[in-house]
Amino acid sequence: MNLIEIKNVYKQYKNGVTALCDVSVSIPKGDFVFVIGQTASGKSTLIKLLYRQERPTKGEVYVGGINVAKLKNRKVYKLRRKLGIVFQDYKLLPNLTVYENVAFALEMYGLPEREIRTKVMKSIEKVGLKEKFRSYPDQLSGGEQQRVSIARAIVNNPKILICDEPTGNLDPSTSMEIMEIINKINEEGTTIIMATHDKDIVDKYKKRVITLEKGILKGDKEKGGYSK
Amino acid sequence: MKKIRILLNNISDGFRSVFRNFSLSLASISCITITLILVGVAIILSYNVNKFTDDIEKDVTIVVYIKDGTTEEDKEALKIRIEALDNIDTITFLSNEDIRKSMAKESEDLEPILNEYNSDTNPLLDEYLVKVKDTEKIGTTAKKIKAMSSVSAVKYGEGMVEELVKIFDVVKRIMIVIVVGLIIVTAFLISNTIKITISNRKKQIEIMRLVGASNSYIKLPFFFEGIILGFLGSVLPIFLCCYAYIFLYHETGGILFTEVISLVNPDKILLNLSLILILIGVIVGAIGSYRAVRRYLKV
Repeated sequence: MNLIEIKNVYKQYKNGVTALCDVSVSIPKGDFVFVIGQTASGKSTLIKLLYRQERPTKGEVYVGGINVAKLKNRKVYKLRRKLGIVFQDYKLLPNLTVYENVAFALEMYGLPEREIRTKVMKSIEKVGLKEKFRSYPDQLSGGEQQRVSIARAIVNNPKILICDEPTGNLDPSTSMEIMEIINKINEEGTTIIMATHDKDIVDKYKKRVITLEKGILKGDKEKGGYSK
Repeated sequence: MKKIRILLNNISDGFRSVFRNFSLSLASISCITITLILVGVAIILSYNVNKFTDDIEKDVTIVVYIKDGTTEEDKEALKIRIEALDNIDTITFLSNEDIRKSMAKESEDLEPILNEYNSDTNPLLDEYLVKVKDTEKIGTTAKKIKAMSSVSAVKYGEGMVEELVKIFDVVKRIMIVIVVGLIIVTAFLISNTIKITISNRKKQIEIMRLVGASNSYIKLPFFFEGIILGFLGSVLPIFLCCYAYIFLYHETGGILFTEVISLVNPDKILLNLSLILILIGVIVGAIGSYRAVRRYLKV
C-alpha cells in the first residue's frame, strides 16, 4: 500500500452539493503532488479528507496506514501528528512570537525544554527566519508568516506535508520563495500534497499533477503542467 | 515524565487563562468567596449547635420536690425507688436549708426575705436532683417519679430543650437551602467564565486540533481553570472564618449566655473547616468547568 491511498471516494455535503465523485488517487512516499482545479472543483475537499477535516460519504482513504474514513473523532490527533498542514491564511496565533508559534505544535508531546528548543530553532532555521524568532506575526510580511506556518508544520518531522493553497495570499516572487522551501522539504524525503491554482508554480516545478473538475478526476500526469 | 510535563503544561495554561481574563475571573472568585463564607458560617454554627444541644441535654435535671413532713426513712425509700428506674444516671439530695442559703446568695433582692426564715420555719421543700441517661425519655421517667408516694411535684425543662433543638434544626435547614442555591449559582457563573475563555480561544483550539493535540489535552486546561478559580475563591473565606471565630472565641472566653453553653474550641474545628471549604471550592469549580467544556467545547 502506498503512503496515501484514496479509493473510489465520493463526497456529498449535507446541503446536497457533490464535491467529489468516484475519485481514486494513490501517492507513494516521497512524491510531490499538485492538486489543481478551479474554485469548487473539489480540490479543497480532497485535501480536507486527508487530514480528516471531512469524511468521505463513500469510499476509502488511507493515510500512512490509518483508515481515515473510519477514524473516530477522539483519535484524529493520532493522524494529525503524522502530518504537517500549511494553510492559505497561515493560522498563526497573534499573541505568540514566531518561536512560540512553532513550539506550540510540540507542547502536547511533553518533551523537555531543551529538546523543544533544538527542534524549534532547527525548524525556524530551515525556513530562513532565524533572525526573527522573537517577532510577533503582525511584525512580519505575508511571506514570512507563511514561513512560520511551514516551520510549525515540519517541526515534528512529519512524513507528509499538506499544503492548502499556501501561496494564495502572496505575490509571485514571494510565492516562489515559499515554493523553494517546500521543494527543499520534499527533497529531504517528505511527501508533499499541495492544492493550488497558481499556474506559474505548477508549470515551473514539473511535478505530478492531479486535475479535478466539478468533483471528477480529469487528469493525473507525471511532470505535468497547468494547461488544460 | 512526559505525562507529568503534559499535565504541568495544562495546569500552567489554566493559570495563564485565569489571569488573562482577570476581571471575569474575579467575578467568579467573588461569587465563590461569598458562597464559601456562608458555608463556613453554617459549618461553624452547626458544630456549635451540636455542642449546645449536647451540653444542654447533659444538664437536664428532674427536680423532685419531696412532700413536707416526709420522714428520713421515707426519703431514703424514695431514693431507692427512683434509683431502681432504668433511666437514672445520678441522684443528689438537696435539703431545704441548702436551697434557702444558695438562693439567698444568688439574689440580693430575695436575701433579706429568705434570711428571715430559719431551719424550722423554712417554707421550701427538700429536693432530689435526678439526672437521666437518655434525655428523650425524660418525660416518662418524670411521670413515673411523680406517681411515687411522698413526691409533691416534679419539674424538668419540659419542651424547652426539644424546642431549642427544633429551632436550631430549622436554622440549619435554611442555611443548607441558601448554601445549595449559592453553590448552584456559583457553578453556573464559573461555567460562564469558562465558556467565554473557550470562545476567546477558538482559534487556538482549532490550531491545537490541527497540529495533533488530543481532546483531553485541549480540554484539561479549562478544567484546571475552573479548579483554580474555585481554589482561589476559597482562600479568603478560610482566613475570614478562622480569624473571626478565633477572635470570637477569645473575646467571649468560649462562653455564650451561661456556663452551660460554651463554644467549640477553634483548634478542634478550624482544620476541618478549611479543608471542607477548599474541597467545596474546588469541586464547584470542577463542576462548572466540566459543564462548560461539555456544552461549548466541540472538538
